[in-house]
Amino acid sequence: MDAKPETTIQTQVYASSRLKRAKKNLLLNWQLYVFLLPAFTYFTIFHYIPMYGVQIAFKDFYANLGIVGSPWIGFEHFERFFNSYYFWRLLKNTIILSAYGLILFPLPIIFALALNELKNGPFKKWSQTLTYAPHFISVVVVVGMLVAFLDPVTGLVNHIVVTLGGEPIRFLTDPDWFRHIYVWSGQWQSLGWGTIIYLAALAGVNPELHEAARVDGATRIQRIIHINIPSIFPTIVVLFILNIGSFMSIGFEKVLLMQNSLNAETSDIIQTFVYQTGLIEGQYSFAAAIGLFDSVINIILLVLVNYLARRVSNNSLW
Amino acid sequence: MKTFSLSDKAFDIMNTIFVAVITLIIVYPLIFVISASISDPDAVNSGRMWLWPVDVSFAGFQRVFQNDAIWVGYKNTIIYTIVGTLLHLLVLLPCSYALSRKELKGKKILLWVILITMLFSGGLIPTYLVVQSLGMLNTIWAIVIPGVVGAWSILVAKTFFEQTIPDQLVEASKIDGASDFTIFRKVVLPLSLPIIAVMALFHAVGLWNQYFNALIYLSDESLYPLQLILRQILILNEVSAEGIAGGAGTAQSFVEQVKTASLVKYAVIIVSALPLLIVYPFLQRFFVKGVLIGSVKE
Repeated sequence: MDAKPETTIQTQVYASSRLKRAKKNLLLNWQLYVFLLPAFTYFTIFHYIPMYGVQIAFKDFYANLGIVGSPWIGFEHFERFFNSYYFWRLLKNTIILSAYGLILFPLPIIFALALNELKNGPFKKWSQTLTYAPHFISVVVVVGMLVAFLDPVTGLVNHIVVTLGGEPIRFLTDPDWFRHIYVWSGQWQSLGWGTIIYLAALAGVNPELHEAARVDGATRIQRIIHINIPSIFPTIVVLFILNIGSFMSIGFEKVLLMQNSLNAETSDIIQTFVYQTGLIEGQYSFAAAIGLFDSVINIILLVLVNYLARRVSNNSLW
Repeated sequence: MKTFSLSDKAFDIMNTIFVAVITLIIVYPLIFVISASISDPDAVNSGRMWLWPVDVSFAGFQRVFQNDAIWVGYKNTIIYTIVGTLLHLLVLLPCSYALSRKELKGKKILLWVILITMLFSGGLIPTYLVVQSLGMLNTIWAIVIPGVVGAWSILVAKTFFEQTIPDQLVEASKIDGASDFTIFRKVVLPLSLPIIAVMALFHAVGLWNQYFNALIYLSDESLYPLQLILRQILILNEVSAEGIAGGAGTAQSFVEQVKTASLVKYAVIIVSALPLLIVYPFLQRFFVKGVLIGSVKE
């Protein structure tokens, strides 16, 4: 009987002392909290308020009524999107384009393994400097270069095609070519840069392992397969998960630049559609609904792959 | 034993060839653009120029330098890059430092607030509506404020501060009566130049190269950054409309238009990438360092 009030008093004392300590901490370190202000103000305004604003996906948005004032309409925009004839086309294009990029995921690993086998010296250094360079070229310039190189009349590639006896190909307006051009120009830009993390992981491989394997008579290739690859495997898994996490959202800005009415059959992806319907046609609610659908898929994929990775290899993001 | 070393030698040769071929494939388009920018457009368009410059001429650069739109774009991009990078550091560094201090209470919640922005976002349209309602459309702020800082950079900088600023140093300064503001300015920042350089470089390159924010938030052409001007010239082929082609009102033949277009194209690519091309070889190791600091898991 007596124990009960006693504990409440104790917790009260405890709570008030905790409050006091928090107050004291704030008094002592208030300047640290001031340091947080700019960043957290930014996150609130440009990340959390838009998250709150996602509700327009379930509303019929009128600019004069504002986000809160516009009437709720439930899943109407989603239904309209799922039932539209372009829904399957958009989904298919988005998935194929992302999957194509994902298939090439091993390329930087292979290149990193090859670079790692080179002796340190000018050749290795030059090769790294030169292959990293395209990473710093803007998407506008990359697409501009594609336009110039692939021009049916004046472009370099078609000169080669014609010299080899072929007919000039209209690469950039041909839906069959869009995906290849998009993905491989992306590889051109990111292959070298993508090796950096793997090279760092390879630099951390215990040299004693190689020493022991050499004594046992293992060849270079055997050592790569049985020492180097297993050593960097955790890195590979983490980067792969991160890749999947952005599965549906890669390179939208580049697709937008490469898109034209003639290749839309394959280049129309969910995000370019959001841009088109939302910002060009002004259907804010409808576009926000499609954007929400896109990010929900992304999150599901990320969680799923992370779960699988943890089950299969014990390496995961969380 | 000998057979092994022989096969290893063969491997070395094959591997070197492999790396050399990949490097050449990646470098070739760059060399082509440089050569084309100082070659006669006829030679480029007919395919006569394929590696080294042919009939060297600087007419393309002349046209580029005479073009006002490009200069305005250049000026705008420089302003956006400098202002945006300074703002980035101003927001990023104090926040990351505070998060690295153990005296800060509620760190876990604060970190989650930041991490969540990595996973979830309002998306294009709600963000656009916020920028619009703040009256930022057609101002420099629409370019430099959205994306001024990201969760990734904060985590990286925080990790750096945790690893390089010893607690004792901060505590000693406090005993000497220094406030957190003073410590940050006089002790922490001077010790953090590498991370400041890396973060500033990455952000500056991003700003220099970005076009999409400008595309959606700016409609006033006098505010266009270089990348939007490049988009008009390189992708939308609006060269003659921009007056680069010269003679007002004169109906140019198609062939001549193509010629002017290609004359300007390659030169403008070089001009736009020039600042990066110049600094890149010197700063490469900083960029590499940035990627590596970022990849260290929390």
